[in-house]
Amino acid sequence: SAHRKFDDPFWEELEEVLIMADVGHQSAGKLLDRLKARVRKEKIEESEAFREMLRQELAAIFPEPKSVAVPQGPEIVLVVGVNGVGKTTTIAKLAHRAQMQGRKVLVAAGDTFRAAAIEQLGIWAKRTGADFFTKGEGADPAAVAYEAVDAALKGGHDVVFLDTAGRLHTKVDLMDELRKIKRVLGKKLPGAPHRCLLVLDATTGQNALSQTKLFNEAVTVDEIILTKLDGTSKGGIVVAIALEHNMPISFIGLGEKMEDLRPFSGEDFAKALVN
Amino acid sequence: MFDSLADRLQSVFKKIRGHGRLDEKSVQEGLREVRLALLEADVNFKVVKDFVDRVRDRAMGQDVLGSLTPGQQVVKIVHDEMVELLGGEHLGLQLQGKTPAIIMLVGLQGSGKTTTAAKLALHLRRMKRSPYLVPADVYRPAAIDQLHTLAGQLGVPAFASTPEMKPVDICMQAREEAVRKGLDVLLVDTAGRLHIDELLMEELVAIKAAAGPQEILFVADAMTGQDAVNVAVKFDELLDLTGIVLTKMEGDARGGAALSIKSVTGKPIKFVGMGEKVSDLEVFHPDRVASRILGM
Ligand SMILES: Nc1nc2c(ncn2[C@@H]2O[C@H](COP(=O)(O)OP(=O)(O)OP(=O)(O)O)[C@@H](O)[C@H]2O)c(=O)[nH]1
Ligand SMILES: Nc1nc2c(ncn2[C@@H]2O[C@H](COP(=O)(O)OP(=O)(O)OP(=O)(O)O)[C@@H](O)[C@H]2O)c(=O)[nH]1
Ligand SMILES: [K+]
Ligand SMILES: [Mg+2]
Ligand SMILES: [Mg+2]
Repeated sequence: SAHRKFDDPFWEELEEVLIMADVGHQSAGKLLDRLKARVRKEKIEESEAFREMLRQELAAIFPEPKSVAVPQGPEIVLVVGVNGVGKTTTIAKLAHRAQMQGRKVLVAAGDTFRAAAIEQLGIWAKRTGADFFTKGEGADPAAVAYEAVDAALKGGHDVVFLDTAGRLHTKVDLMDELRKIKRVLGKKLPGAPHRCLLVLDATTGQNALSQTKLFNEAVTVDEIILTKLDGTSKGGIVVAIALEHNMPISFIGLGEKMEDLRPFSGEDFAKALVN
Repeated sequence: MFDSLADRLQSVFKKIRGHGRLDEKSVQEGLREVRLALLEADVNFKVVKDFVDRVRDRAMGQDVLGSLTPGQQVVKIVHDEMVELLGGEHLGLQLQGKTPAIIMLVGLQGSGKTTTAAKLALHLRRMKRSPYLVPADVYRPAAIDQLHTLAGQLGVPAFASTPEMKPVDICMQAREEAVRKGLDVLLVDTAGRLHIDELLMEELVAIKAAAGPQEILFVADAMTGQDAVNVAVKFDELLDLTGIVLTKMEGDARGGAALSIKSVTGKPIKFVGMGEKVSDLEVFHPDRVASRILGM
């Protein structure tokens, strides 16, 4: 196989590939430092060996999602993120997945603000066969959360996916609202929410770092779901997020249908990123 | 808007201006920091490269470095190039020609098209026009409902599309309806789609061919990263866009996508979305924004 000179132009080209994939200048730099050290130490000389090492290094960055102890009663999953990233659609996908696994699912319309957000989730509930909880437009989202848990306890549901309105992470009052939702859930059911999912759009650039930081500060994010990877964006920003926040990615979104969800694989992701 | 990019660049400029004398090395140093500031703001890698190369070419000449105020001159070169990158004066909606005029909103999923359609309806009404909201997204669950709800909040009429209709038919029927109702601007909300989805991109081309819109606005999320240029170029190639709307600019997005999209398409940024409410729309003044980014 081809020999390769690991000279400055080579590293510059790789930096370009990483930055163009939204990995970011700083994280690309970190990654390159690691790679340079390994190339020197392991005396790597061939392109294929280097590619393999690059894929390994990238894949190793991502921590495994924590497995949640399956709780007594319903598992409560809180879904958060900025506007338009794909929260509601992702809930449909997760609900579909859980239904296929034979779990009894309730989806709750915690976005009581955006026009027709409730109707949108209602249609998805019908399509997935999940049960649907709503208190209508304008209701207090914390009250929706509280009563949805009640409904799930009564209904014998295994899992509740709570949708929330999109919000920019910089809006203090709206982030406080999320804190309140989380607090109310914990009061209603000890341990709830059992998982808090941050949905990120793969087309997002460096701003996703700020999103992750501020949503994590507000509600402690357990997992990230990366949507819209069916486009031409590489979603490289999650490399920076993994490096800075050590946050696991559980699923990726690959389309607008409820089947378009895949478990995240660091290796596949790495392959797609540098090809 | 663009605040953190502005902060970064201004501190670089302070350094450059602070040099009594500038040599090639200190200019290179300054440009490296400009490059970093732009990359961290998500300006496309290639756009940044071209930008920095142009500034370097102009700044390295003896007439700049040998002048009495070299720092000042370098900053001015960056300013000029930035104005060039963002575009000059504000360009409003161009609705001359056939009545009713037609504005089409296009873009990726979730970028803010439906919300922007409602915002533009309010904007048009303030200009004493009579807007008609036309839901042509027959795919996304409750998309039609969403636009009807917003129309209801505004008291602006909306066409009664159904998910069973074809988007082209919706536009043609809506136009007839607008004529009957005496409404003079159609705002056509299309479904979000990927630029690589050939079938759905064809649909936009067909709507354009049938309806002959005066404006085709590309609605883009200000938080978009490096891929913004690929998307915008493809939409522009197929549709010949007339302008850009940048949404979600009220947060901490550095907005580099705006600079990139403008740069690769040459199409003007006409409006900026500054919130979720229908009143959260601002007209975009490139020259003012360039000055603000550069602290001038
Ligand atoms: N191509 C693609 N589109 C997606 C994906 N996930 C969601 N979408 C689309 O993105 C758009 C926004 O999705 P939503 O689920 O409404 O996003 P949201 O985060 O709930 O939005 P808000 O509630 O308004 O903040 C819709 O058009 C979805 O069909 C994905 O994985 N790929
Ligand atoms: N913060 C903020 N949110 C915005 C802005 N413009 C739109 N949004 C929100 O972004 C989300 C998506 O907006 P939509 O108007 O549904 O986007 P769309 O492009 O029509 O989405 P699809 O039809 O699914 O492709 C919603 O939650 C909107 O409220 C803005 O300027 N600022
Ligand atoms: K988006
Ligand atoms: Mg939603
Ligand atoms: Mg829409």
